[in-house]
Amino acid sequence: MTRRERNWLLVAPAGAWFLVMLVLPLSFVFVFSFGERGPAGGYVPAFTLEQYANLPARWTAFKNTMVLAPLGTLAALLIAYPLAYQLAVRTDPRWKTLLLVLVIVPFWTSILIRSYAWIFILGGQGIPALLAALGIEDVRLIYTPFAVTVGIVYGYLPLMVFPIYVALDRLDKRLLEASSDLGARPFATFWQVTLPLSVPGVATGCMLVFILLMGEFLIPALLGGGKVFFVGNALVDLFLQSRNWAFGSAVAFTLILIMLVTVAIYMRLIARLQVRRDDVAIM
Amino acid sequence: MRFYALSVYLFLYTPIAIIALFSFNAGRHASQFQGFSTQWYGRALKNPFVMDALETSLLVALVSATLASVLGTLAAVGLQGIRGPARAVFDGIIYVAVMIPGIVIGIATLIALVTVFDVLNPWLATLWPAAGQPPSLSMGIGSLIAAHTMFTMALVIIIVRARLGSLEQALTEASADLYATPFGTFRQVTLPLIAPAILAGFLLSFTFSFDDFIIAFFVAGSETTLPIYVFSSIRRGVTPEINAIGTMVMVASLLLLIVAQLVLRRGQRR
Repeated sequence: MTRRERNWLLVAPAGAWFLVMLVLPLSFVFVFSFGERGPAGGYVPAFTLEQYANLPARWTAFKNTMVLAPLGTLAALLIAYPLAYQLAVRTDPRWKTLLLVLVIVPFWTSILIRSYAWIFILGGQGIPALLAALGIEDVRLIYTPFAVTVGIVYGYLPLMVFPIYVALDRLDKRLLEASSDLGARPFATFWQVTLPLSVPGVATGCMLVFILLMGEFLIPALLGGGKVFFVGNALVDLFLQSRNWAFGSAVAFTLILIMLVTVAIYMRLIARLQVRRDDVAIM
Repeated sequence: MRFYALSVYLFLYTPIAIIALFSFNAGRHASQFQGFSTQWYGRALKNPFVMDALETSLLVALVSATLASVLGTLAAVGLQGIRGPARAVFDGIIYVAVMIPGIVIGIATLIALVTVFDVLNPWLATLWPAAGQPPSLSMGIGSLIAAHTMFTMALVIIIVRARLGSLEQALTEASADLYATPFGTFRQVTLPLIAPAILAGFLLSFTFSFDDFIIAFFVAGSETTLPIYVFSSIRRGVTPEINAIGTMVMVASLLLLIVAQLVLRRGQRR
């Protein structure tokens, strides 16, 4: 057996698995999205763009996803950045690892159970009851966009902190000293040195969270209570309740398309941002 | 700044603490603490639905994480020696596997397998000898394991490949110069060096599979995994039993994480 054959033999089982369990299923979604719904649900072969023409019927789900996914990502970033900064730059090295692990531990426990905790906290007996005791009546938190955003930030905060921490931790601390030696105030140092150098970490964190949010189902299902729903919730409804496979496939395929386009634009923007920074550095 | 960090930690841990606290609630009410009791733990552990779901989840997680670790490691090793367009296609597939939302993997697997099974089942029935019930393919543990293995295998390949990339080529070359067979080099040089990465991949795969709700929701057929059980219970109304299950799951995954860390540390010291 040559080395070449051996390599292929090693890769073959994984390749076959991907072919049957990923490539084949995704091609089904693509093909089905041009089909029609059968009388009892399911799929009837056809070639029509009807399903795509029907997409506006699920406009609210797309709108909610496209508004709350970026908003949730931004909120997570704003909360995560100062924490990552504190951990990477201002913390005694002896405590760094422990404190970072403490941020990541919640991420290792089920997102289902962590989101469920917020039903408790935001529900009628939770914060609204506390506010009522303080004389602020009739505050409704659960099943609102706010509840979903809180759930998103809570669920994905660790994923945002980690890459930013890594970027800030790698940063050469002598640069910060040099900046202050040259008379920069702390804020100027942060704005002109620290922040630009942490862009790769911020970019990675935002992308990870955003991609996961685009397909989110659990958080809106639990904290949106049918009032605030994402494309993921529409997909569950289409495939498991109304069994409209053709339309569901069109929705799924559109979701992937939106994701790819957004990520492509986003990566281009980040790349441009970094190029511009290099120009400044040369000057 | 310190105060800020402290409040973020509070934000992260208060909900978890509340779940743990209310799991010891004596009363039926999920939102009023009425004294300390461990009765909900007893009830959860005696509930046959919970135990069945737990068993299914553990089986699926163990089998899929093992398959993913073995096949993923083999693929990562094989991929090292593959260049050109074939390599680009394979990398693209791995990229797609981790990028595509879990929900899309779930529905894609559902419609593909159901359609294929509908075609295959009559065939199986005609090919089957007259006596006895012909086998019938359907969604269940098999499809669940297959789907979880697909996704987690991509994770294992990424992790192991990163580790392989950081290894010194000189080591394997030295081993070959000393007349070790390729398999001997792999077993005695490469494998011990990438073992921590394989273990990390296995743990990540196990945790992913055990916690996964969305893929399982579509491909589990009539099987119930623990996350599916918890989700449908929450839908029916909140009981302290869910808090007890949640607390046990959190403690178990924490212990797993600590044990893994200890094993990895010991491995490094050696």
